[in-house]
Amino acid sequence: MENKKFTISVYSENNIGLLNRISAIFLKRHINIESLTVSESEIENVSRFIIVVRITESSVKKLVGQIEKQIEVIKAFYHTNEETIYRESALFKIASDLLFDERQIQNIIKESNSEIVTVARDFFVISKSGRRSEILDVYNKLKPYGIKQFVRSGRISVSKDEMAISKILKDY
Amino acid sequence: MSTKITGAEAVIKCLLEEGADLVYGYPGGAIMPIYDELYKYQDKLQHVLTRHEQGATHSAQGFARATGKVGVAMATSGPGATNLITGIADAQIDSTPMVCITGQVATHLLGSDAFQETDIVGISTPVTKWNFQITDAAEIPAIMAKAFYIARSGRPGPVLIDITKDAQLAELDYKYKKCTSIRSYRPIPLIDSSKVEQAAEVINNAKKPMIVFGQGIILGEAEAELKAFVEKSGIPAAWTILGLSAMPTNHPLNVGMVGMHGNYGPNVLTNECDVLIALGMRFDDRVTGNLATYAKQAKIIHFEIDPAEVDKNVMTDVAVLGNVKDTLAQILPLINKNSHESWHNEFKKKHELEFEKVINDDLNPQKEGLTMAEVLEQINIASNDDAVIVSDVGQHQMFACRYAKFTQTKSNITSGGLGTMGFALPAAIGAKMGVPNREVVAIIGDGGYQMTIQELGTIFQTKVPVKIVVLNNDYLGMVRQWQQLFFDKRYASTEMINPDFVAIAKGYHIDAKRVSKREDLASAVQEMMDSKDAYFLEVCVEKEHNVFPMIPTGASVSDMRLS
Repeated sequence: MENKKFTISVYSENNIGLLNRISAIFLKRHINIESLTVSESEIENVSRFIIVVRITESSVKKLVGQIEKQIEVIKAFYHTNEETIYRESALFKIASDLLFDERQIQNIIKESNSEIVTVARDFFVISKSGRRSEILDVYNKLKPYGIKQFVRSGRISVSKDEMAISKILKDY
Repeated sequence: MSTKITGAEAVIKCLLEEGADLVYGYPGGAIMPIYDELYKYQDKLQHVLTRHEQGATHSAQGFARATGKVGVAMATSGPGATNLITGIADAQIDSTPMVCITGQVATHLLGSDAFQETDIVGISTPVTKWNFQITDAAEIPAIMAKAFYIARSGRPGPVLIDITKDAQLAELDYKYKKCTSIRSYRPIPLIDSSKVEQAAEVINNAKKPMIVFGQGIILGEAEAELKAFVEKSGIPAAWTILGLSAMPTNHPLNVGMVGMHGNYGPNVLTNECDVLIALGMRFDDRVTGNLATYAKQAKIIHFEIDPAEVDKNVMTDVAVLGNVKDTLAQILPLINKNSHESWHNEFKKKHELEFEKVINDDLNPQKEGLTMAEVLEQINIASNDDAVIVSDVGQHQMFACRYAKFTQTKSNITSGGLGTMGFALPAAIGAKMGVPNREVVAIIGDGGYQMTIQELGTIFQTKVPVKIVVLNNDYLGMVRQWQQLFFDKRYASTEMINPDFVAIAKGYHIDAKRVSKREDLASAVQEMMDSKDAYFLEVCVEKEHNVFPMIPTGASVSDMRLS
């Protein structure tokens, strides 16, 4: 079975220590996490982990089973890229004078649908959301001009199928 | 009605609410408030001072395994807490219900590398079913209730509760409510009746079915259901090491043990059966050998409480989720009565071969040296097959599991998944305290014995009448066997120059004897069993005897070696 990219979604109670418990499951199996995002979910006091891994489908199935075993985990799912709508966000900090001296930078911003978040005397910040490849594209185009700082978030995603967490919680 | 008490007193009250009247532990600075309360409650809650915190966890495990109740262990922060880890890891892999309580430095010191501070919640995370750090006394009743509920429900396991010293000293309005559910936790999956029906159909159409039952039967208290299922279906039933004693060893449909040093028939015939029914077992690699060749011809039916175990190692055709007590009760009326006589004969033929090549030599040796098997046989005779056998890890463990006979459930207590040397002596203490009316015999090798030998002090102080048998071959026998078979007899660091074990036992005021001659064995075992007190028996056994049959690591179950 070949390795594929999977997005694991974990709905859990919002408790201290759960991140440690979940990451230990990956550590024990020597699986590298490509990205990890934790935030509130659509349900009050329920957190949502989005974890991206590149492994076989049989491994991801077992991994999800082990995650679901954790007491505070309500439900875990895994999806392929085709089964989700997903995004990442990135911020680029660039020297302010380049915005005026290098006209091409404004074109890059426009063509990539990036946003200027702030402009200060010494620097300005561009925000770009999208797929990893789109962010990388902007990065590659800006790089020759000099990027003072760059940061990219982990993946966030929603599934095309319903996850029905509220119903699961009701059934418990 | 609520009353104001300290967090420390609340811990004791919670333990009593959960029916715990016995805890194993070791005091220290960060748990002193709880110990101070123990002093006050000593008529209701017995504390057993083990000689090492590891001993406390193994004793709690032994208690839990012999009684089916939750074992409790306590330790202080830092080294006290880390010393619990081996027992916790052992309990996790063998699904033993246990609650461990550790003291922690005061909340304002957390993360400051204070004296005896360790992140025990972080350290124990991978080896606990659940853990939690309490920094607010008001949380104690609810968290303790949750801890016991989690430890004992569904697939049981160890839970660790870490309580800061200030939370132990602070006052709270005490009110206790037992935990019966947790929003995100479903301990027992709902039974899908269609899966039960599918399983019944496969079983009814099988020509050469076999059952492998594990500890799930004992944990789920499904012994009667197992017996009814086996007897109605007529299917040969084999046990895993932790399933042993769930069905009487002399039951005619009981065909022996599967696994690396199990019996020849059930292992080899795993690769000939047409349906393999796994009941409350998890297809451990010591059971399956090479997965690529394991039962490939068979349809696999897996009765299991933990959904994460299904398809983890062996792909199943039908997975019947639920408590095996309930799922077996549901399938029983759907099963046809059968006897599978000619299939049983296959097992008998394989048994005859094993008897001739291995068992006869083990039980009736022609050579001078004593075998471990004949010691076990003498214990069977002296105890009327009714002792609780607590074995350590190594060759003697395999001999114990192969040759000890059992009439009652919860009688075989051993470290299965983790293979923890040093387990048996403290576990036997816990087992005997849990079932004081039963004879508890610890079978230990000379290596494992010295890993927790200090617990002789606990035996001396508590006067718990356990029987300790050390099978001494002056070697780390199992490692030596592997060195002989797979490392060209290069016995690297496996020979042990041992002390005078009898003198050590006597130093702890425990009656003790050493035997090395066959003619003295039966009377020595009888003398030990007749003793009303703790008793230590050292049996000097043949130094280089091997455990056979054997499936070498990575080999197929059908390639089991008889010599």
